[in-house]
Amino acid sequence: MLNDITLGQYFPGTSPIHRMDPRMKLILTIIYIVGVFLVKSFAGYAVAFLFLYLIVRIAEIPFKYLIKGVKPLRFIIIFTFLLNLFFLTGETPLLDIGPVHLTREALFNAVYFSLRLVFLVMGTSVLTLTTSPVQLTDALERLLHPLQRFHFPAHELAMMMTIALRFIPTLLDETDKIQKAQMARGADFESGNLIQRAKAMIPLLVPLFVSSFRRANDLAMAMEARCYRGGDHRTRLRELRYTRLDAVAAVVMCGFIVVIILEGRIFG
Amino acid sequence: MAEQRMDEDRILATDVTYRYPDAERNAVDQVSMRVKRGEFLAILGHNGSGKSTLAKLFNALYVPESGTVLMCGMDTRDDELVFEIRQNAGMVFQNPDNQIVATIVEEDVAFGLENNGVPPAEIRVRIDEALKIVNMSEYARKAPHMLSGGQKQRVAIAGVLAMKPKVIVLDESTAMLDPSGRAEVMNTVHRLNRDEGISIVIITHYMSEAATADYVIVMDDGKIRLTGTPRKVFSDVETVRSLGLDVPPMTGLAHDLRHAGIDIRPDVLTVEEMVEEVCRLS
Repeated sequence: MLNDITLGQYFPGTSPIHRMDPRMKLILTIIYIVGVFLVKSFAGYAVAFLFLYLIVRIAEIPFKYLIKGVKPLRFIIIFTFLLNLFFLTGETPLLDIGPVHLTREALFNAVYFSLRLVFLVMGTSVLTLTTSPVQLTDALERLLHPLQRFHFPAHELAMMMTIALRFIPTLLDETDKIQKAQMARGADFESGNLIQRAKAMIPLLVPLFVSSFRRANDLAMAMEARCYRGGDHRTRLRELRYTRLDAVAAVVMCGFIVVIILEGRIFG
Repeated sequence: MAEQRMDEDRILATDVTYRYPDAERNAVDQVSMRVKRGEFLAILGHNGSGKSTLAKLFNALYVPESGTVLMCGMDTRDDELVFEIRQNAGMVFQNPDNQIVATIVEEDVAFGLENNGVPPAEIRVRIDEALKIVNMSEYARKAPHMLSGGQKQRVAIAGVLAMKPKVIVLDESTAMLDPSGRAEVMNTVHRLNRDEGISIVIITHYMSEAATADYVIVMDDGKIRLTGTPRKVFSDVETVRSLGLDVPPMTGLAHDLRHAGIDIRPDVLTVEEMVEEVCRLS
């Protein structure tokens, strides 16, 4: 069961979006986020929606994957919606029953801010759906590289992420094993209230921690034996190269931002 | 060329002593030994006999307290040479899960080369070569956690191989594998020894693995107790057993038969040899 887990939500493919340089995708995603914040009206969201839809079609990922990405955040979105709806004041009342005052402006803001969240999540989903965690780590390391001059541990950060990714399946496997071993000895992980169940996790977590430390020690030894000496003078098997594709994507994203800014001027 | 000389020493340890911090006894005590070019050495010993510690002294993971370890002529105490020593003396560890660093097989094989600053184009060539030698080419793009134990160890060997080492040290690398995984790894290692002329040092519990080596060293209490060809070492059944180790099953059987008064060679190692001996009797 634990063997077929996928890391992150990467949706493998060979579309132009998949083939883009991960650094460019990361940068453009950040620009897109800024763009979403610049949206002033529903017309702007319509543009953003069209834009996203176009990208998803090019990336050849089913649109429902983007909806799926929003799902875990539905409570935050609903919460934002309700908060805005009931606690904002405005001039044009819609509904006025007892303590409940609804105004037109509040309704507008509720929908507006909720949509902003939805678009933020969907946009970043495009990044994680089309970029493998390994590529993302690579991109982060290289984008943060210039900061190394100011003693920012870019290489170390990327190394930690890689190792974490590498060991997630291993540790899940081990958790499964320990859980079964403890259940065979009569441990009960499923019944009781929250506190009892949390307590039942102790015999699971302690061995897991102990073995993680042993693994860390082994891995450090193995890395040293293979000449690991930090990020200096290190080369990489896969080099990242910007191509025409990235230039085209950058231009398209610029176009999107310009449209959004114009929209802000016209409708804002 | 001196490099080509057959009697060249790959590892030369002289009176090596090492003690872990805060330990009361020396883990390795006055050990002297050598591994020549193309030689296949097995180090045996029960748990805590110092055999793994000795292995880590070969590639400067540990530095001897007294005595010297020369790896391909380089002193492991010289800080400047550490990385060259480790490039020449590859090491494969026990737990296949705890020595793979990257999330994709070929990237893990590339890890050592990346550390040494090898240009990307050459890394590509060398990892393809290394994966081919260990018969793992088709798994190059796979995630390590999808592989079997034997396959993971072969990836680890490829990672070492890509560095073009002169010696490969396997520190109980088959201990956690099932019989078929063990056979995979041992076959690979023997092939490397035979075809590429790489010196091999295996540290093992398995007598059957040790029996295939050119030389065997038996350690106990940090000291070398027995040394010689497997045939010579294992025929001393009493001593081997007194050191908490077993002898290969056929050697044990020959020993028992001799005790029962049957005149049979004491240094039988394999079933085939035993068959030959028994047939000779009648």
